[in-house]
Amino acid sequence: MSINEKQDQIIDDFSLFDDWMQKYDYIIDLGKKLPIIEQEYKTEDYQIKGCQSRVWLRAYEQDGKVFFKADSDAVITRGIIALLIEVLSGQKADDIANSDLYFIDRIGLKEHLSPTRSNGLTSMIKHMKYYGLGLKKKLENHE
Amino acid sequence: MKVATGKKAGFDCRPVESAREDFPILKTEMNGHPLVFLDSAASSQKPQAVIEAINTYYTTQNANVHRGVYTLSQQATDLFEESRLAVARFINAPSEKEVIFVRGATEGINLVAQSYGRAFLNAGDEIVLSELEHHSNIVPWQILAEEKNLSLKIIPVREDGSLDMDAYKKLLSSKTALVTVNHISNALGTINPVEEITKLAKECGAAVLIDGAQASIHGSIDVASLGADFYVFSGHKMLGPTGIGVLWGREDILEAMPPWQGGGEMIQSVSFEKTTYNELPFKFEAGTPHIEGVVGLKKAIDYLSQFDPADIIHWERKLLNHCTAKLTAIPGLRIIGTTQNKTSVVSFLVEGTHPYDLGIILDKLGIAVRTGHHCTQPLMEKYGIPGTVRASMALYNNKEDIDRLAEGVEKARNMLV
Ligand SMILES: Cc1ncc(COP(=O)(O)O)c(C=O)c1O
Repeated sequence: MSINEKQDQIIDDFSLFDDWMQKYDYIIDLGKKLPIIEQEYKTEDYQIKGCQSRVWLRAYEQDGKVFFKADSDAVITRGIIALLIEVLSGQKADDIANSDLYFIDRIGLKEHLSPTRSNGLTSMIKHMKYYGLGLKKKLENHE
Repeated sequence: MKVATGKKAGFDCRPVESAREDFPILKTEMNGHPLVFLDSAASSQKPQAVIEAINTYYTTQNANVHRGVYTLSQQATDLFEESRLAVARFINAPSEKEVIFVRGATEGINLVAQSYGRAFLNAGDEIVLSELEHHSNIVPWQILAEEKNLSLKIIPVREDGSLDMDAYKKLLSSKTALVTVNHISNALGTINPVEEITKLAKECGAAVLIDGAQASIHGSIDVASLGADFYVFSGHKMLGPTGIGVLWGREDILEAMPPWQGGGEMIQSVSFEKTTYNELPFKFEAGTPHIEGVVGLKKAIDYLSQFDPADIIHWERKLLNHCTAKLTAIPGLRIIGTTQNKTSVVSFLVEGTHPYDLGIILDKLGIAVRTGHHCTQPLMEKYGIPGTVRASMALYNNKEDIDRLAEGVEKARNMLV
């Protein structure tokens, strides 16, 4: 599925929720489910500093596609990370760099991406796009 | 429930539980729920009287101060200077010349560090401050220490959130040039023994600055009997406007200090050969001041003065006790800062949850609390925690606010754990 197909899928899933509690229960569930990054990568080197919650992010390349693993110490942040990974991981570098992540707004989680929340998510998305850009450059140089 | 009407200097005072009505924001909603505001330690809400004073100022009183010969400007100047007098009375300062208007506690501390510190502290001198300090009372001293080769000595905090006074005594020596602590801790609510801290510092000949950012809303500050050299606080944390605060300093020391910022207002005469400075307090007030802030601050002081400080403290104590009891009943909840000597601040953690997650769910329930390190990273490190959830209460809070908080925390815990 493309980035936008995945986004639309998530928007569809979220349209089933009647209120914020159901929505957050789901996000918390997503957050609890995944140990999304191996302990060895939970280090300063992979940490994105947010002042409220911490985020760790690792990217790697396989067959011209970019894969992400990430984690956070706050479970709501982790749940949102799970959604971001669902959308962006395994996509082409170019597509990641140029992606417009409209699903966040559409499912009513935009407030989590405000820099004043300082939860690390805003910088995480920036980093994901940088990885996309960086790997794109690398691939171009190889050609 | 009726609290006995206080008596202050022979006047009848308003009962504190009637205060809530005066704060229009408390009648609004957040996320579809009536607002429960429990973040007054970050910034307090404003009573209608303060909001109206600012409105009236701009509607009928606005002109630059200390400058115009015309009546409007003189009236604005009178309002401005009346506020200085009101501040002096509020903190029992011997003279209104000792009241310097600044942007807030942060600017007051920076002014002292940059003016007093640069002029009177020398290489090898030591500055003593505590682990409880807000970043605002750490970083200005680090900047100064680097510049002047001074060292910082840190008073440790004990498990219950109180300062280790024995350790403090051991830190003091002939090298101690300045001691600075907060009057009340913003992160934990601890009330520090500032009289004793000051007395001990004075025995070593050190200067003393007290950061009163969290103290002024609770009513009674008496700089004359405290014996310190400097005391700072912010208007926005005591029902007044943002962007205005006070540095109080002892007159002889302020006289001896060089100006900090240069500009209009702070000079007597300027020529390219020589500039002479204005007298106190204007020497430290460069540029057009925050006039409506000063006007609003006076209104906040007038407002607070309707209550007996003892009644305010009594009311907040009740809220604190209720909050402590309610929250402690929640499984896995741990309060950080348990000393008896504290104000209406409850900082806590719930096992198996992150403060950020709790804060998000409480927000959805219309409850405003602060989460994070509260600008006291060294303190959080000491406790080995990423931060806390902090509920801070003021005179306009009531028991229902606390009950809503406790319910909210239970609900959040059920969702998160
Ligand atoms: C103890 C303490 N000191 C200093 C400050 C800084 O105050 P302001 O930001 O108003 O200058 C605060 C504000 O949070 C505080 O709580």
